[in-house]
Amino acid sequence: MALSRSYSVLPGFGLSLGYTLVYLSVIVLIPLSAVFIFTAQLTWAEFWQTVTAPRVVASYKLSFGASLGAAAINGFFGLMLAWVLVRYSFPGKRIVDALVDLPFALPTAVAGISLTAIYAQNGWLGQYIQGALGIKVAFAPLGVLVALVFIGLPFVVRTVQPILEDMETELEEAAASLGARRWQTFVFVVLPVLWPALLTGFALAFARAVGEYGSVIFIAGNIPMVSEITPLMIITKLEQYDYTGATAIASVMLVVSFLLLLVINGLQVWAGKRTGRDR
Amino acid sequence: MTAITATTAPSIPVARCLGRLLVGQSTKFESNRATCEPQWVKWTILGIALTFFVVFVFLPLVAVFVEALRKGTDVYWQSLVEPDALSAIKLTLIAAGISLPLNLVFGVAAAWAIAKFEFRGKQVLTTLIDLPFSVSPVIVGLTYVLVFGANGWFGEWLIEHDIKIIFAVPGIVLATIFVTFPFVARELIPLMQAQGREEEEAAVVLGARGWQTFWYVTLPNIKWGLLYGVILCNARAMGEFGAVSVVSGHIRGMTNTLPLHVEILYNEYNFAAAFAVASLLALLAFVTLVIKTIAESRVKHQLSDNT
Repeated sequence: MALSRSYSVLPGFGLSLGYTLVYLSVIVLIPLSAVFIFTAQLTWAEFWQTVTAPRVVASYKLSFGASLGAAAINGFFGLMLAWVLVRYSFPGKRIVDALVDLPFALPTAVAGISLTAIYAQNGWLGQYIQGALGIKVAFAPLGVLVALVFIGLPFVVRTVQPILEDMETELEEAAASLGARRWQTFVFVVLPVLWPALLTGFALAFARAVGEYGSVIFIAGNIPMVSEITPLMIITKLEQYDYTGATAIASVMLVVSFLLLLVINGLQVWAGKRTGRDR
Repeated sequence: MTAITATTAPSIPVARCLGRLLVGQSTKFESNRATCEPQWVKWTILGIALTFFVVFVFLPLVAVFVEALRKGTDVYWQSLVEPDALSAIKLTLIAAGISLPLNLVFGVAAAWAIAKFEFRGKQVLTTLIDLPFSVSPVIVGLTYVLVFGANGWFGEWLIEHDIKIIFAVPGIVLATIFVTFPFVARELIPLMQAQGREEEEAAVVLGARGWQTFWYVTLPNIKWGLLYGVILCNARAMGEFGAVSVVSGHIRGMTNTLPLHVEILYNEYNFAAAFAVASLLALLAFVTLVIKTIAESRVKHQLSDNT
């Protein structure tokens, strides 16, 4: 790694890189490799049976389906919120801007019980939603979606917002002076600039949602085959001392996470090229 | 006449300050006819976006405090000072107190290597540092069970030497370190890259030692970014639930952190107490956001000063 570094007068390269690599290996890489090493002890048939058991497959469907849905909802409303924060002035704007990061800062368990209090059958909003529309939110798959929307919102807003801030007015002025209507300017001039950031935010929100545990388990109700998420399946196996089963499911999730990480990296490189920003 | 100006004069800047805090200045887009929408479109978008914000972000925050105080301040206070709650607070502080300095030192070292030097594999290293963000917290807990648990790699050796890591405090600390691993590094790497290395090179050429260069040149430049990373790292360290839940074993008064204590109270249908303890964490989140907002504007300020 360090072989081809160009000469620099600054000291501390060996020390800082060496420490970084050792710490990274001890805390992250070696423990993570344990998941794959333990999984490798299973035969292929055992592995396949564990990760395709009906209850586990149902959990994939819920986890990935709800994560996709939540990321899509966040993509739409997150873009809107970023737009409002950059383009308009309104009372309480600074407070809204700061609070957008709340899902990053609020512990997931707190978010979980709070959302349950709001969306439960007799909750703040739940009583009206269930009473008027007859839709059950908490203790049903829809509750999982609500929790994942909460968790993912800042990812979209915070990736789109800086791009919107950097946009100059000239492009839109040119479009307007050439006779474009406002919606045409938005669709054909503004949106193409925002696409890479919007997709990155979408992917980040999705990646976070797939692995989310704390906020979901309180509101989901955790009914087998109906509202169990994949991370919960790992916990369930662990509680039954089925370590190999837990590890097998974990390795499937890890592979998905790595793939998502690659996609996000690619998106960020693309976004950087498109807008001339580093990261 | 003079008396009136004397009393109103100080209130005008205050009012203006408050106004700017609340409304913000009108944006460059609003005063430009080519970049603003018809009024009804603007108000519709504003209405939808803010409704979404209130329902999904603001309401959950308010609900924590309202539910916490539902049974009165006595119950609230009692839930915070009972021994199990106090020991949960203590353990949370220990876990954050150990993981914070370790990840801080790592973050500075990693940012120094990545931002100030060119080497092959830099992109890979940056990606690997971000890795803990994309791993599910539950899997983080599982990895440490596989390494240190009774059936794990070091399980037998640990039992022989009577060292407990899983279902004990060390496991909780390790899991916390893993999930908060990237925060400081992630914040410092882009900041230090943007600042370049000219200032440090000048210091070294003028005869400063390595540590002197770091203390007197680099550190003043990155202090707000550092604070930003540390405050986010701390919020996550104190609030982590999934990873800690796997390795804790949920022993009351022994291996319960604040978020785990919230879960136990909630599952016992002791909602008022659960929300009371949760409100402590919500308060922490609130303070985190305030400091973060300040640090963020200082970082922006510093970057625009430098260029």
